[in-house]
Amino acid sequence: MKTNDNKHNKHEETSPPKESINIMEWLRQNLFSSYMNTALTIATTILLYLILKEVFYWVFITADWSVVAVNFKILMAGQYPDKELWRVWLAVCFLSLTLGVSWGTWRGVAAHIAIAFIVIYAVTALMPFVSVESKIWLFVNISLILISSVLARKLKFIKKLALPCWILVFPVTIFLLAGFGILPTVPTSLWSGFLLTILLAVVAIVVSFPISVLLAIGRNSNLPLIRYFCIFYIEFIRGIPLITVLFITQLMLPIFLGGKIEIDSVVRAMIGLTMFNAAYLAENIRGGLQSIPRGQYEAASALGLSATITMIFIIMPQALRVVIPAMVGQSISIFKDTSLVVIVGLIDLLGMGRVIISNPEFLGKNMEVFTFIALVFLIFCNMMAYASRKLEEAMGLGKRY
Amino acid sequence: MIRNTTTPFWRSKRIISILIQVVFASIVAAMFAYFIKNTIDGMEEIGIKLGFGFLTQPAGFMIGEKIIDYSPADSYARAILVGLTNTLKVAIVGIILTTIVGVVVGVARLSSNWLVNKLAGLYVDIIRNTPLLVQIFIWYFAVFLNFPKIQESISWGGIVYFSNRGAAIPWIETTEALWTWCIFLFVGIIASIYLWRIKTKKQIETGKEQKPTLWAMGAMLFSAAIALIVTQKPPFYLSIPVIDGSMFVGGYRVTPEFAAILIALVVYTSTYIAEIVRGGILAIHKGQTEAAKALGFKDFDILRLIIFPQAIRIIIPPITSQYLNLIKNSSLAVAIGYPDLFNVGNTILNQTGRAIEVITIILLIYLSFSLITSIIMNIFNRYYKLVER
Repeated sequence: MKTNDNKHNKHEETSPPKESINIMEWLRQNLFSSYMNTALTIATTILLYLILKEVFYWVFITADWSVVAVNFKILMAGQYPDKELWRVWLAVCFLSLTLGVSWGTWRGVAAHIAIAFIVIYAVTALMPFVSVESKIWLFVNISLILISSVLARKLKFIKKLALPCWILVFPVTIFLLAGFGILPTVPTSLWSGFLLTILLAVVAIVVSFPISVLLAIGRNSNLPLIRYFCIFYIEFIRGIPLITVLFITQLMLPIFLGGKIEIDSVVRAMIGLTMFNAAYLAENIRGGLQSIPRGQYEAASALGLSATITMIFIIMPQALRVVIPAMVGQSISIFKDTSLVVIVGLIDLLGMGRVIISNPEFLGKNMEVFTFIALVFLIFCNMMAYASRKLEEAMGLGKRY
Repeated sequence: MIRNTTTPFWRSKRIISILIQVVFASIVAAMFAYFIKNTIDGMEEIGIKLGFGFLTQPAGFMIGEKIIDYSPADSYARAILVGLTNTLKVAIVGIILTTIVGVVVGVARLSSNWLVNKLAGLYVDIIRNTPLLVQIFIWYFAVFLNFPKIQESISWGGIVYFSNRGAAIPWIETTEALWTWCIFLFVGIIASIYLWRIKTKKQIETGKEQKPTLWAMGAMLFSAAIALIVTQKPPFYLSIPVIDGSMFVGGYRVTPEFAAILIALVVYTSTYIAEIVRGGILAIHKGQTEAAKALGFKDFDILRLIIFPQAIRIIIPPITSQYLNLIKNSSLAVAIGYPDLFNVGNTILNQTGRAIEVITIILLIYLSFSLITSIIMNIFNRYYKLVER
């Protein structure tokens, strides 16, 4: 520090000298800088050792992972008929293809996500308990990502397909899974396991997005009736636990619709999650709207743009850009919250876990099953959080100047 | 050329906005009318009349855990009250514990000690990225129900016991001398505050070390000593649980349900509080710390006197919404059978089939929690607002 200051006086323009720190120096600075710090380091190390010892002992010796191995298929795809499983795989393939194309087109975050997917596929494929058929599908998926990314990099016209592909992922997946009579129809009551978890989350996120945009605009509207309705809806939903929203859609919706319109329980849960997510997302978007300076509105109206046009082409794009990190955060949150459908009797990943541990054959394997489930959530949430952080960096958001 | 300045009514802003609102209102009204009509038709079909009269009927079911007296002969309303108190119990204990854990982890996240820093970060990442319900299930099904039977329960130094029927922890049992003690201690507190102020003032005036904290502590000890001499008895004693046959005697017994929901809520919410605390402290400009250091403040005093009072203003609003989240999340107790408000409501709903009434009551209670919290938050905000010149 002292030498630094001296130099600073003489040559103001020179950059600070490069700090070269060897390991001992680093240890001293970061772990043993004072008596307090040394004590803290030692205490933490002992604690860490005790915890890690227990954890390693459990993971590698006590735990019996066969319960996950045996039930891997039903944990993932649930009761989706074996004969139709190719449709699930095809949907996954389409997702992989899209990921590959985005990798080739946008690089950056898309590349990291695509690589993460490749790793997940590869690790799954290496598991001894995964069936040969699944291994082939996983291999196909890996190659799809790689090939499409290379193609997208080389061929210009494929780059244009990245966005349309993303828009198509959702409808194509729903079509493949449900069939709608064109393919043999698979009723939603058979959608379960991780498949259901993903579907619930995706539907809640995708469908609630336009609703939340409308709610956010409505809340800022100068038409009192619309504004108060939006405020009431948002504050009402935000004031009650998600589980009560799910109960309302599960128990009260059929009463409200009076038996004339039958909606099955998976779709009802989707409605509940969507209603819930829309309120929270609307608040995020409202935050974005508030960050847009008034000059933008005034400039637009000076150019003679109508209010609608201003909103769609001037305000919304800027507002949404600001709140992307917050929206990803909310998406992570709703993805985790889909597990609440267990309480209203649906069998998602967590529900399947409960079904498995209630089987006497797997008595006492609770910890293994739940740890596996937690791990699945952990991987996917971390991936979303990572993407959000990178996006934030790429867009230069969240920086303090 | 004369311009017609009156706009036709279909292009007048005022008329259009009224028109839009009328259309909007009629669509919403039509939807609600449809729902209400269907509901009434449905009720008539099964012959139930809407109303809250059923609340006075005897509930007829047991509630395993309760703070206030309750028996199956009591009314449904009483059962809901029991559920509400149980929710408040887990919420209040949870909020206190989660604040402590959260602040500790949040400060640890900012520690200059690399190991502590990374460890706190790992804790936050893992807990935040797994669903709360999964964590509740892990605590309940995989931890608390997996403990051995009471006879073979795990003991920590013979003070705390864990068994599959719950845990037992030491608890304070008050003696009749408590009130006398309270009076003496109250006097002691006032005296010590007074002494502390005088000594601090003197220290500032004379610049000589006066040890105000030592004086204050001395006053407290002195009053405690007098109280002991007068009453010849401690104000309370620790009741330590012991195993007697197949149950715990003494101490405080915690059911596995309560323990699981409490620990899960505390751990989960603490990660959010940790991030808020961390953000709040980071938001205080570095110059504040440097200025305090230049003035010769000690590290802990910088945190206590400079950083924290400023950070608290940033921290309080988001932290209140986390408290509210904790209260709302306590409704997940229904999944493991802790009799909270939502769980009791669910039982009543299944027993009586009165979905609309029961859900309405639950909703109103949760909404009033939100309302009360936001009122408290506003008062607090006003109190802690920056006083500008």
